[in-house]
Amino acid sequence: MTELFLRAIFADNLVLSYFLGICTYLAISKRLETALGLAAAMIAVQTVTIPINQLILNGLLIEGAWGWLGLPDVDLSFLKLIAFIGVIAAVVQVLEMALDRYAPALYRALGIYLPLITVNCAILGGSLFMAERHYGFGESVVFGLGSGIGWGLAIALLAAIRERLRYADVPEGLRGLGITFVVTGLISMGFTAFATVTLP
Amino acid sequence: MSLRRTLTRPLISDNPVTLQVLGICSALAVTTSMTTALTMSLALTTVLTASSGIISALRRQIPPQIRLILQITIIASLVIVTDLVLQAYAFAISQRLSIFVSLVVTNCLVLGRAEAFAMHNPVGVSMADGLGNGLGYSLILMAVAFVRELLGLGTLFGQPVLPGPDAGGWFQPLGFMLMAPSAFIVLGLLIWLIRSRWTAQVEENEYPLHVAEVRR
Repeated sequence: MTELFLRAIFADNLVLSYFLGICTYLAISKRLETALGLAAAMIAVQTVTIPINQLILNGLLIEGAWGWLGLPDVDLSFLKLIAFIGVIAAVVQVLEMALDRYAPALYRALGIYLPLITVNCAILGGSLFMAERHYGFGESVVFGLGSGIGWGLAIALLAAIRERLRYADVPEGLRGLGITFVVTGLISMGFTAFATVTLP
Repeated sequence: MSLRRTLTRPLISDNPVTLQVLGICSALAVTTSMTTALTMSLALTTVLTASSGIISALRRQIPPQIRLILQITIIASLVIVTDLVLQAYAFAISQRLSIFVSLVVTNCLVLGRAEAFAMHNPVGVSMADGLGNGLGYSLILMAVAFVRELLGLGTLFGQPVLPGPDAGGWFQPLGFMLMAPSAFIVLGLLIWLIRSRWTAQVEENEYPLHVAEVRR
């Protein structure tokens, strides 16, 4: 479990080694403060949606899930894509209402980032990886938390670097998007070093 | 805007990936070889053209309040069909593409074109726009895959181009090109290349240095 957790944060980082959620990663990383807000929203949504999707996948969609009803041949796994998206949209909506009711300060801090996350490929990608790698319920909780933290860590690092990069004398054509990609590449290179780290 | 301009503008001068930063989520992971990049490009271009056409045809029937969920459902259905076709006729490649074909659903490019173009324009123009943007995306994907596969393995589409040491050649493959960081850096340099030719795309400097501060 600890190994899965650390792998999800570092070696299998969703942005830096699977390129998931890059659109949001590049668009909302101009300031560290907003990046941290998005990171918090990401961790919350990832930790909730992946286990829920795991339950839905194994309870309703995979082959044989309807065996207790006398329908052992029904295989609905082709529906998993639509089911996952529906679950993510619904969870984000519910989370938004719950936060608004019970933690208004946090709700205001997260602001528009929660709804934005619905169309973030990292969230859907996390659920699809869970399905592809056949995680159990406990594993999916750990994987959700870890991958959320990993994504948040990556965006916070990039935002901090970009805040300083604004004052740098970057070559004309590389300014803005170009240099951001190169910096992301360098961060990603640093993270690959963790791939060889194993726990004692 | 003429049909031809709609089709060719997104190729370089208004490219969805390098200028609008749309749709790179799923783009970079499949660029380790040109075969997977080509399959992914075909899948995305098909989905984008078809979804633009369908959404544009339904644009008067779609109520504005629930348009996003309807658009996502249409796109998701098309993606599932594409995924199943790939699994049926090109199983080996679909295994290598892993989850990335499914991720076309959340590709900002597809939803972005549906929302920005197909909802307001007739079917023919919308499909041309979808096709043009799909081709613009494919162009970048293939360019990155070309560099990564050529330098990483010395092959193109799996065919040996630069002879490696095993075949008695001189080329030492760069393992780094097959790892994730190289995709970011290659794309960054590609953007640099495009912007030094099409200078209109260069971004404003937020805090320009005063001339006296720059040592030349």
